[in-house]
Amino acid sequence: MNELAPDTYTTEDGRTIGPPVLEMRNITLRFGGVTAIKDISFDIREGEIRAIIGPNGAGKSSMLNIINGFYIPQEGEIWFRGSRRPPMKPYEVARQGIARTFQNIALFRGMSTLDNIMTGRTTMIRSSLFSQALWLGRAEREEIEHREAVEKVIDFLEIQHIRKTPVGRLPYGLQKRVELGRALAAEPKLLLLDEPMAGMNVEEKEDMSRFILDVNDEFGTTIALIEHDMGVVMDISDRVVVMDYGRKIGDGTPDEVRTNPEVIDAYLGVSHD
Amino acid sequence: MYKLKEGTIKATRAIRDVWEDLPLATAATSSEELMSIPALLARNARHHGQRTAYREKEYGIWQSWTWAEVEAEVRAMALGLVVLGAKPGDHIAIIGRNRPALYWSFVAAQMVGAVPVPLYQDAVAEEMAYVLDHCGARFVIAEDQEQVDKVLDVQDRVLSIDHIAYHDPRGMRKYDHSHMNRLSDVKAEGRAAEQRLGPELDARIAALGYDDTCVMLYTSGTTGRPKGVVLSNRNIIETSKNTSDFDGLNVGDEVLAYLPMAWVGDFIFSIGQAYWTGFCVNCPENADTMQDDLREISPSYFFAPPRYFEGLLTQISIRMEDAGWLKRWMYQRAMSHARRVGPRLMDGAAVGLVDRLAYALGDFFVYGPVRNRAGMMNVRVGYTAGEAIGPEIFEFYRALGINLKQLYGQTEAAVFITQQPDGEVRADTVGVPSPGVEVRIADSGEVFYRSPGVFQEYYKNPDSTAGTKDAEGWVATGDAGFFEEATGHLRIIDRAKDVGKTASGSLFAPKYVENKLKFFPNILEAVVFGAGRETCTAFINIDLTAVGNWAERNNVAYGSYQELAAHPEVMAMVQDHVEETNRTLAEDTMLAACQIHRFLILHKELDADDGELTRTRKVRRRIIEEKYADLIAALYDGTSTVTTETEVTYEDGRKGSIRATLEVRDAAIVPVAGAKLAAE
Repeated sequence: MNELAPDTYTTEDGRTIGPPVLEMRNITLRFGGVTAIKDISFDIREGEIRAIIGPNGAGKSSMLNIINGFYIPQEGEIWFRGSRRPPMKPYEVARQGIARTFQNIALFRGMSTLDNIMTGRTTMIRSSLFSQALWLGRAEREEIEHREAVEKVIDFLEIQHIRKTPVGRLPYGLQKRVELGRALAAEPKLLLLDEPMAGMNVEEKEDMSRFILDVNDEFGTTIALIEHDMGVVMDISDRVVVMDYGRKIGDGTPDEVRTNPEVIDAYLGVSHD
Repeated sequence: MYKLKEGTIKATRAIRDVWEDLPLATAATSSEELMSIPALLARNARHHGQRTAYREKEYGIWQSWTWAEVEAEVRAMALGLVVLGAKPGDHIAIIGRNRPALYWSFVAAQMVGAVPVPLYQDAVAEEMAYVLDHCGARFVIAEDQEQVDKVLDVQDRVLSIDHIAYHDPRGMRKYDHSHMNRLSDVKAEGRAAEQRLGPELDARIAALGYDDTCVMLYTSGTTGRPKGVVLSNRNIIETSKNTSDFDGLNVGDEVLAYLPMAWVGDFIFSIGQAYWTGFCVNCPENADTMQDDLREISPSYFFAPPRYFEGLLTQISIRMEDAGWLKRWMYQRAMSHARRVGPRLMDGAAVGLVDRLAYALGDFFVYGPVRNRAGMMNVRVGYTAGEAIGPEIFEFYRALGINLKQLYGQTEAAVFITQQPDGEVRADTVGVPSPGVEVRIADSGEVFYRSPGVFQEYYKNPDSTAGTKDAEGWVATGDAGFFEEATGHLRIIDRAKDVGKTASGSLFAPKYVENKLKFFPNILEAVVFGAGRETCTAFINIDLTAVGNWAERNNVAYGSYQELAAHPEVMAMVQDHVEETNRTLAEDTMLAACQIHRFLILHKELDADDGELTRTRKVRRRIIEEKYADLIAALYDGTSTVTTETEVTYEDGRKGSIRATLEVRDAAIVPVAGAKLAAE
C-alpha cells in the first residue's frame, strides 16, 4: 500500500508529505531467547504523523528505543535520510535531529519547567564547560539564544504560567506537556512520542492532540507516536503500523487498518481453537 | 570644565523633564487642539517620545514601546486600514484580550474616522453575531484563531463584514486569505502607502471633532439585548482630564491592563486616562500569569472589581493557615494591630507614637511582604467598583496600607459618577460626585446624574435613549440610593427596579441582602427572592476555593461541586452564615423584613455561559426565576427536599444536563420588636 503512494503528495487538509525520512528494514530484536521484534519493516515519511499501535507487549516501545539508538537490533537496517545508519548511541541520534518523550514521565522533578525544557537544548550547546563556568561572552550569548528558543516553545505550548514552577508540583497532564516541550526545544526533525496521552482525561487528551497537530503543522515536524487510545490515533495520524507479539500485522491509513481483519482480531480478541 | 559642563547639561535636562511632566495636561490645552485620542497620541509622542507607553510580557520578557514608537505603529495600522478601504463612520470591531496591538487598533480606527467597537473576548459566537450585526461592523480586528473562528462562524448572518485582520498568526496559515490579513501585514501595507495616502490620513485626523464618536461600547445588559453606548471624544477626554486631576495621576504612573477591553472602565483607564496623562499601560503575558505579572510591574494605579479583592484575601488567608505557627502568629498579631490603626493612618488621623512604631514594625515584617505578594507594593491609587465590597475585605486592604477606594459609575457616564477622595474612604459609601458631575436623588429614591461624560445615545435605539436620558441631560442610573447628610457621600442600596415590597408592604432590597451573604468567603453568589411574597428566601452558591480548602483540611472527600454543596456540614456552615446575616438585618428596622426564612444550596454554579449571569458576573434575576421555578416553589411550599434537572452549557458550547436532589433548610429569624410595635 505504501509502495503505491507517490514520492510527495498533499493530504486532504493541505499538508505536504514527502519521501521517507526513516526506513526500518527487516528489524529483529532479541533479548536473550526472547524475540521482542521479529522482521519488521516500515517507513516514516517526511511531514507525516505516523502511529504505532498494538496490544501491551507488542514491542512498540522497543521499536522507539531502536529508532532513538537505545537498543541495537540484532538484524536489519535503519536508513535515515537516504543513507544507512550505523549503530549509534542515543546522544548521537539526538544530534541527528531525533527527539523523544517517554511513557513514564522522565523530567527533573525538582527543576522548574523552564530549566527542564532548557535541558532539551543540551546537544546544541557549543561553548566549553570552562567558558560556561566562568560565564564568558560566548556562553552568555549562547544562553540568551537558547533561552529565546525555549521561550518560543513555552509560548507555543501555552505554559507561561508555570514557567518557574518545579515540575514535581504540576498535575500530570501539564508534566506531559512540559516533556513535549523539552523534546521540541531540541528542534527535532523527527519527534518520537511514547504514549503522550496515557492516563489523561478527555479534555487533556484533546489539548495534547491539538498540540501534536500544531507541532506538525507549524514546524513541519515529522512525528511517530505510540498510543493506546484508538480514537485519538485514528483522528490524528496519517498512517498507522499495527504490531502484535513483535510482528507487524497491519500498515496503512487509519481506514485501511480499521478494516484489516488481523487487526480486529488482535484488538477484539478471537478464539484460536 | 568638562565636568561642570556635563553637570549643566544634566541640570537642564532635569529641569526640562520637570517642565515637561508638570504642566503637560494644562499647558497643552491652550496651545494645541486636543480634540481626539489621535491628537493626544501626537502630543504624547512629541512631549514624551522616549518614555515607555506600553509594555507587554512576551517570551518571558517585558517588551516595551515608547510613545514615539506607538505613534508610528498606530499610523501604519491606520494607513493599512485606509488601504483596505476603511471610511469615516465605519464600525471596526475589536476582539481579544488586552494586548498593545489591539489597543493601537482602537486609535488607528479613530484616525481613519471609524468607530472602534470592542467585544467581550469570552462571548460565544451567538452573542458576537448580535453585536457585529447591530453595529454593522465592516472590519473585525481579532486577536487569534479562536476569535477568528467565532467571527467566521457567524459571518453568513453578519453580512456587513468585509475584512478580518488577526494579530496572532498561529494556526491561521490554511485559512482563506481573500478577505483576511495578518495585522502586521496590514501595517506593512500601510507603511508602504505613506507617500500615497499619508496626506489623506492627516486630513482625516485633523477633521476629528470634539463631539465626534470616540468609541462605542456594548453594555452587558442585565435585561434584554446589549445596547451600544456611543461616547464622544468630549465624553472621554473631559472625564479623563477631570478624574486624572482628582487623583493626581501623572506621566509616571503604571497600570496593568487585564480587565476586558470591551468594558468601559478599561477604555477609560487604559486609553482615556493613559493618553491624557501619558502614563504606561502594561499588558500581562496571558490571563493565567496575571498575578505574577502584577507583582513584576507593581502598578501605582490599580483597578479591580470586588470579587478580585475577595479572591485575593481568600488566597492570602488560605496560605497563612498553611504557614508555620510563627508566621501565623506574627500575621495575626500584626493584622489585628493594622485593622485598628492602619485605616486611621491612611486617612491622616492622629495616631499615638507607640501605635505608629508598632505599625512600622508590622509594616517591615508583615504588611510590606503581603503587599509585595499581592503586587500592590506601589499602589498609590486603587479603586474597586461594580458591586458592593464587604466592609471586612475593604478594611483589610486599607489596613495593609493600600489606598483602596470606591467609585460608582456606569458605561453611560464614561464610568465616573461618584468617587471617594483620599482621606474620606469608607466601605459603605461610594463617595462624592466626581469633578464636573451633578447628582440628584429623585423622589422615588433613584439616582440621577448629569456630566460632561454623559453618553450621546444608544446606537440605533432612540426609545431607550429617551427613556434613560432626558432633554436636560439628566441620566437615570436605575439605582436607588441617598446622600448621607453628615458627610455628603452617596450610598447605594440596590437596583431601583429590584427594590420592591414584600406582601406585607415592607421594603425588599435583594441585592443588599445578597451582598451581605456574599461577604462570607464561603458564599460565592446568592439570589434572594421575596418581592410580593410573605417571606424572603435564597439560593446560595458556595465558593469552591474556600469551601474546598475547608474540606481538604477537615478530611471531607468530594468529587464535584455538586457533591460538596450537598454535604451536611457545608449546609450547616451556610446556615450559620444565613442566620448571622439575619441578625445584622434585624438591626436595621428598614430592612428587617428581608431576613431569609428558607434557603437552598444550588447544585451548579451560576454561569454566564448559561445566561444566569452577565459577562460582568451580575445576577440575571428574571432568567434565574424562570429557569429554577421548581426550586423557588419548593422554597415556599415547605418541602424539605426537591429533585430537579438543569441544562448546562459547557465552555465549548456543548449542552448537557445535571440532575440533583436538593435539601431546603429553614433559618432562624430574629423577631424585630420595633416592627411589631409599629404594626400594632
